[in-house]
Amino acid sequence: MELLHLQQYWWLLISVLGALLVFFLFVQGGQTMFLGTRDNVARQMMVNSIGRKWELTFTTLVVFGGAFFASFPLFYSTSFGGAYWLWILILLSFIIQAFSYEFRRKPGNIFGTRFYDTLLFINGSLGCILLGVAVATMFFGAEFTVTKGNLVDNGVPVISQWAPTHGLEAILSWPNLLLGFTVLFLARMQASFYFLNNLSGDEAVRLRCRKEMTWNSVIFVVLFLAFAAVLFTADGYSVSADGKIVLTPYKYLTNLVEMWWAGIMLVVGVVLVLYAVAIAMVRPQWRAGIWFTGVGTVLVILALFFALGYNSTAYYPSLIDPQCSLTIENSSSSLFTLKVMTYVSVLVPFVVAYIAYVWHKMDARPITPDEIAEGGHQY
Amino acid sequence: MSMVDWSRGQFALTAIVHWLFVPLTIGLSLIVGIMETIYYRTRQEKWKKLTKFWMTLFGINFACGVATGIILEFEFGTNWSNYSWFVGDIFGAPLAIEGILAFFMESTFIAVMFFGWKKVSPAFHLASTWLTALGVVLSALWILVANAWMQYPAGMEFDPSQMRNVMVSFTDVALSPVAVNKFFHTVLSGWVLGATFVIGVSCWFLLRKTNIEAAKMSIKIASWVGLAGIVLTMWTGDGSAVEVARCQPMKLAAMEALYNGEKGQSLVAFGILDPQKSLEDDSDGMLMSIDIPCGLSILANHDANSFVPGINDIMAGISVNADGDTVNTVSYADRILLGKQSHEALRQFSEAEKAGDTATMELARLKLKETFPYFGYGYFDEPSQAIPPVALTFYSFRVMVMGGGWLLLLFVVMLFVAYRREKAFEWKWLAWAGLISIPIVWIVSESGWVVAEMGRQPWVIQDLMPTRAAVSAVSSGSVQTTFWIFTVIFTVLLVTEISIMVHEIAKASKNDILK
Repeated sequence: MELLHLQQYWWLLISVLGALLVFFLFVQGGQTMFLGTRDNVARQMMVNSIGRKWELTFTTLVVFGGAFFASFPLFYSTSFGGAYWLWILILLSFIIQAFSYEFRRKPGNIFGTRFYDTLLFINGSLGCILLGVAVATMFFGAEFTVTKGNLVDNGVPVISQWAPTHGLEAILSWPNLLLGFTVLFLARMQASFYFLNNLSGDEAVRLRCRKEMTWNSVIFVVLFLAFAAVLFTADGYSVSADGKIVLTPYKYLTNLVEMWWAGIMLVVGVVLVLYAVAIAMVRPQWRAGIWFTGVGTVLVILALFFALGYNSTAYYPSLIDPQCSLTIENSSSSLFTLKVMTYVSVLVPFVVAYIAYVWHKMDARPITPDEIAEGGHQY
Repeated sequence: MSMVDWSRGQFALTAIVHWLFVPLTIGLSLIVGIMETIYYRTRQEKWKKLTKFWMTLFGINFACGVATGIILEFEFGTNWSNYSWFVGDIFGAPLAIEGILAFFMESTFIAVMFFGWKKVSPAFHLASTWLTALGVVLSALWILVANAWMQYPAGMEFDPSQMRNVMVSFTDVALSPVAVNKFFHTVLSGWVLGATFVIGVSCWFLLRKTNIEAAKMSIKIASWVGLAGIVLTMWTGDGSAVEVARCQPMKLAAMEALYNGEKGQSLVAFGILDPQKSLEDDSDGMLMSIDIPCGLSILANHDANSFVPGINDIMAGISVNADGDTVNTVSYADRILLGKQSHEALRQFSEAEKAGDTATMELARLKLKETFPYFGYGYFDEPSQAIPPVALTFYSFRVMVMGGGWLLLLFVVMLFVAYRREKAFEWKWLAWAGLISIPIVWIVSESGWVVAEMGRQPWVIQDLMPTRAAVSAVSSGSVQTTFWIFTVIFTVLLVTEISIMVHEIAKASKNDILK
């Protein structure tokens, strides 16, 4: 196995984890809908439906971060240490999720259920937006430098330096925010489809979810088209034959044309999402939408990650010094480490299989008002 | 305080709070697994009810562990950026494996544990409970491998072209004696903590004269788990002491506040340190102490007459090798010189590489290879900068050991009472002893980590990278702000968790758990 092949393989795995993470963000999308649901039974059904999946999203985020650290440590050290406030805010928005489900209805929770539902709302909205912002910096660049020689500078031995705003500038950049809000409305649309699939027996809930699905889908499609227009007309950075990193007009669009298979994935993904939205609008009883939007989302995100990392592209452009930009070649772990992790990654299909099996077992029957009324362990 | 201090404070705070939840998760998952297994075999409903009660407390605690665990992962990047690059090639792999193999297992099967009673078969449910427990242990395994590597960096070499360490042997990293010992010592201590928690809560039921049968059933199981846990923890603790003596002699010297070592070195069973003690004076640094003759020699080398070096000895270059023989190594003053030479060699290599001067590169590479074991000392100016905080390490070690002794006694007494003098469960002092063991076990458990981590200071990676060179380039004010944000969040989280737990236990005491 050559180093470059392993770097490409690990970028593929990162892309898969990233795509699954975006799909699983339907949990966050659902969390933005609890507060607006007045009916107690309806809210309980929604909370317990989404609540049984929150750990999957959370774990995917943790593993996405861990796998990025392990395979491309220079990204981890540069971005996390540099865009300090961006990552800390993402972190804070996810910490509050981890205990809110378990605490929200427990006696003695001090602050009351509404407080924890508000925290879940913050996680659902801010978490999606900020994750979108963080990924957008990979397309549109960030203000950092990498000087490895600093390691032996006894005064300031830190190799990765960032603009003094430490990530706040990324949050205030409109192209980054555009992707952030696109992710938020994607998550809300997916959540509506998920509820339509996973909840049953309450007509009011179904109607509410259909309404949410309709208007969130429209906003998402508009935002996605705007983001696509910005991205495909944007400049990117390429690695030239002599190893220099150069500004390249229409880089991401060019990548999707040159890597035609990724371009096809993007188109198929978009068609699947649009198909699901269209069918759901004309067939009120249709419940399978989540699978179409889910597969569509995964395909689109995969295609975008491929356009970001492959075809001699700098996946983390430095706006201060382009030569400091990160590529999958210059930021990866060593050949030995990538090999070791590749052997371990053989177990990934097994992990995916047991997650799918357990999901199938637990979701074989939709959640109904009767199940909520029965009691038992509930969030 | 500097940015480094705030970063250290923030990480220490997060780790301490995270460790409040993790050992309880480890211990309770095992006890719940045992209880559900008994239910599965006997099909007696009371065992199912008991399982569900402890499972509820497990769930509350688990969520807090998850919430604080992700912070540690992020902080490796946000606050320890240089560290992430310098050793990311080694450290990242266990973290990724942990995620792929362990976290998904926990998060998938815990949903079945709580929501699957009526959705899956009893056998599938039982398997899910055990797989959650296994996932918990596997999570601990990989992060402990990573931590052990920071104490004893093995299986790697420095690559000057990339200016970082790269892994050359995964088995040396994953199966180093320090890693194996640390894993068992830590996970088994989780059994002890979980068992003590179950005994303590059960004792509260005994004091309230409610749920007596449930309390006795719980105490029997927890006492066996606790006894096995504490005996094995002590055994692996003994192994850890030997490893520390070999790999981190300065940590051992700090644990004992030992400045000048000797053959047949005594162990301080109890002591009060002289706060005025400085490296320059010749005093032993003790205001008073009760010693066990030859104790430290036996602990460190399993040989009553062996030599154990003190802080001054180690700084002068006198140490003990892997075979337990006293040897002259390199003094700390010389290590600093060699470390600075190592830095210079790396600079030369880098410049020669840019200029394409292969001859100079080769010379610099040889010099670097020769001096790299002292690379981290190049960041220091004085030998005294390489000494850990003695008082904190010394007292924490004693708290850990004495508390461990108390817990051993607790488990033995509880088992004796459970099997031979059941009437003694009515004795109030016994129930109180069980109840007050809850805070004791947490103090003991946290003290163990304080010994391990403070004893390693000033290193983040032993001998290779001092903590102050591992940081990110962020301002002190930023880290200070996040430190206080985390302090508030952790306080609220902890108070709320305890409040919910107390309410759940109080609720249970008003009913019969087993019905």
